[in-house]
Amino acid sequence: MTQEQSAKKGRKIQPRVAMPEQPARERSGNFDEVALGYRREDALAETARCIQCKNPKCRKGCPVEIDIKGFIGRLQQDDLSGAHEIIRQYNSLPAVCGRVCPQESQCEGACVLAAKGEPVAIGRLERYVADTFAASGACEQLTGTRECTLDRPLRVACVGGGPAGLSCAGHLAALGVKVTVFEALHEVGGVLVYGIPRFRLPKAVVRREVEAMRALGVEFVTNWVAGRTFQLRELMEQGFDAVFIGVGAGLPRFLNVPGENLLGVYSANEYLTRVNLGRAFSFPDHDTPPPHTGRVVVVGGGNVAMDAARTALRLGADEVTILYRRTEAEMPARAEETHHALEEGVKLRCLCSPIAFNGDADMKLTSVTAQLMELGAPDESGRCRPVCVEGASEEIPADTAVIAVGTRPNPILLEATPELELNKWGYIQADPETGETSMPNVFAGGDIVTGAATVISAMGAGRRAAKTIAERFLG
Amino acid sequence: MMYKIVNKRSLIPGQTSMLVIEAPQVALKAEPGNFVMLRVHEQGERIPLTIADADPEAGTITLVFLVVGKTTAHLDSLEEGDSLQDVCGPLGRPTEIESRGTVVCVGGGTGVAAMHHIAKGHARAGNRVIAIVGARSESLLLFCDELAGFCPEVRIATDDGSRGHKGFVTQVLQRLIDEGEEIAEVVAVGPVPMMRAVAELTRPYGIKTTVSLNSIMVDGIGMCGACRCSVGGETRFACVDGPEFDGHEVDFDELWRRLGQFREQEAVSREHFHQCRCGESK
Repeated sequence: MTQEQSAKKGRKIQPRVAMPEQPARERSGNFDEVALGYRREDALAETARCIQCKNPKCRKGCPVEIDIKGFIGRLQQDDLSGAHEIIRQYNSLPAVCGRVCPQESQCEGACVLAAKGEPVAIGRLERYVADTFAASGACEQLTGTRECTLDRPLRVACVGGGPAGLSCAGHLAALGVKVTVFEALHEVGGVLVYGIPRFRLPKAVVRREVEAMRALGVEFVTNWVAGRTFQLRELMEQGFDAVFIGVGAGLPRFLNVPGENLLGVYSANEYLTRVNLGRAFSFPDHDTPPPHTGRVVVVGGGNVAMDAARTALRLGADEVTILYRRTEAEMPARAEETHHALEEGVKLRCLCSPIAFNGDADMKLTSVTAQLMELGAPDESGRCRPVCVEGASEEIPADTAVIAVGTRPNPILLEATPELELNKWGYIQADPETGETSMPNVFAGGDIVTGAATVISAMGAGRRAAKTIAERFLG
Repeated sequence: MMYKIVNKRSLIPGQTSMLVIEAPQVALKAEPGNFVMLRVHEQGERIPLTIADADPEAGTITLVFLVVGKTTAHLDSLEEGDSLQDVCGPLGRPTEIESRGTVVCVGGGTGVAAMHHIAKGHARAGNRVIAIVGARSESLLLFCDELAGFCPEVRIATDDGSRGHKGFVTQVLQRLIDEGEEIAEVVAVGPVPMMRAVAELTRPYGIKTTVSLNSIMVDGIGMCGACRCSVGGETRFACVDGPEFDGHEVDFDELWRRLGQFREQEAVSREHFHQCRCGESK
C-alpha cells in the first residue's frame, strides 16, 4: 500500500516538523525575525512527509501554481538548486511568500494530509529553499540573462514596485524583456517595505529579491508618482510596448466616528510606515518620529491589525488591545499571526466596535467608546453580521488608537487617467484571464483591481499579466 | 539618483534659505500649488516643501524653507554641489486658476514663497494680482521684488512698521476691501493664525478665500492620512485632496493642534543633531 493510500485510510500521520522561533518574552522587545526558519535536518525530515500524490491538490491551492510536488521531490533527493529552479519558474519572491502567505487557506489547506492531520509545511520549505539558496551564493547561477528573440527588445513599464509589479517584472525579465519599474516611494517593495514589519519579513530578504531582479536587467526608478510625475499615455509615447499597473489599494479607511482626528489616533498605514519605512524604531538615529504608545487600542481583525499591535508592543507600549467587531473565528488574519500576537501579550476583545474617540482639552486621546455587538444572521459573504447590542457600550482608556479597517482606491492615478474603466467599487476593471484594462496593452493587477488582498494573489496577477504580454509580443 | 543643489542662497541668515535643485522631471510637471516630499539623507525623514518656482528648461525647482528643526537645519548645512537623497513630486492638486479679475494673494513668513508661485500662475492666466506681504520687520520680508515683477501692486505690512503698513496683513486687506476693490478671490499662505485671520476677515463679505494647508505628512501620496484635516465637517487628506482648500470651511484649531503632535520628539531630534554636529567639528 502506498503512503497516499494509507493517508486516505486514516493511518496516523506524523506531526509536521516544528520551526525554531525566538521565545515570546524575548522577541516582544525587539524587531528581529520571530520565525527562524528550518535547518537542513528539519527541512529533510519535513520533506519526507510529502507523499508525492499522483494528482496533487496543493498546486491548485497556490495562486501562482508552483509545482510543489516537483520542488519537494527534488528536496527529497537533497537537490537544493533543482528545487530552487522549479520554484523560480513560478514565483519571483519565494523568500517573501514562504513567510507571509496564508498557507492554511491556500497550498497547505489543499494538502491531502490536512484531512487527517497536519499538512506538509510547504511555506516553510519554500522559505528554506529560497534562504539557503541565496545564502550559498548560488543565485548567481540563475542571473545569466537570456537573449531577446526580437529585433528590438520589448519594453515594459511596471507602475508600482510592490508584489504585483515585482512579480510581473521578474517573469518578463527572465524572458529577456527590458523592464522598468516606477515606484512612488524612495524604496522598492510596496507593502513588503512599508507595511509588513521586519520581525515577520526582514528587509534584507526584500532587498535580496530586488537585487536578484536588478541582476536580471530590471531598472528601478524611485520617487516617480504615476499620475503626477508622469502619465500612462506618456509611457506609450516614450516607446514602452506595454504597461502593468500594480499601484495597490492605497488610501486608509477611517471609521467616520467623532474624535477620529484627535492626537494619538493613527491609521495603521501611518503607524507602520513610520516604523518600517521610516525606521522610527531607531529614532533619533533615524529622523522619522515614532508614533505614540502607552495604552494602545488597535481596531480591526486582519493581518494589518496584528502587525500594528505587535509593532506597538515592540515600541514599548504598556498594553495593547485589539478590538474586533466579530469573533476570533471570523478574524481574517493569518492564524499564525494571531497566535504569535496573543503569545506576545496582545489582548483581544471581540464583539465590540468604536463609536467615538474621546480627548482632553489639548485634543489628546484619552479613551475609546466601544459599542458592544453580537453575531446576527450570515451576510452575503457567509460570515455572521455583527449587530449592536442595544444600549450596551463601554469606555476603554487609551493613549493611542490605530485604525486597521481596510483601504480604498488611491485617486491620484485614476483621476489622471480617465480612460481607465473602473468597477463599481472604484477599482480598475481588468480582464480576469489576461489582466488587460480598457486601455489596450495596459494591464493591471493586485490590490488596485481586487481591493486589499494577499501578497501572493497580487503576485499571481502580476504573473498572469506577464504571461499575456509575453504571448502577445514574443509569440 | 541624487538631486543636486545647483544654487543656495540664505534669504534671512540662520532662518530662511532658498535652494535650487536639479530635478528635471519634477520641474517639467510642476504647477503652482504643488509640493515635493524630500529626504536629505539615508536616515532622513520625509518632509513636505512647497515648490516656490520651477524652470522646466533648466530642469530645476526652487524650494524655500524656514529652519525650525532637525531636518531643515541639516538642509541648511548643505552647500552648492551637495545632493539630496530623494525628491518626490510634484504632489498635491495644482491651484485652480481661471481668468476671474482681481486676485489678492496674501503671504506671511515662509508662506510667501508658495504664495509667490500661486500669484505667478494667476498673473499668467491674465488676472490682476495684488500681493500683500507680511513680516515682523523689513529685514524678514521675502520675494517682494519678484512679486513686483508681475503684480501691479505689492502692499507690505510689518509688525514694527519698518516698511509699509505698521501692523498685520489683515489690516492691509481690510483697507483694500474698504477702498471698494472688486476682489474675485483671496489666496492666503502662511502661519495658521494668519490664514485663519484672513478667512475670518473675508467671511462676512462672501469673498472666495483659498488657503494652503501645511499639515504633517509622511508619504505625501495619500497612503496614511497623517495630513488629514477637517474641511466643511468632512475629513480630507491635504496631500491628495489639497493642499489648497476653502478657507471658510477649514477647522484651523484642529490643524494647529495636529501640527504640534510630535513636538517632544522634534526637540529630541534637534538636540541629537546639534550634539552630533558638535562632535564632528572637534
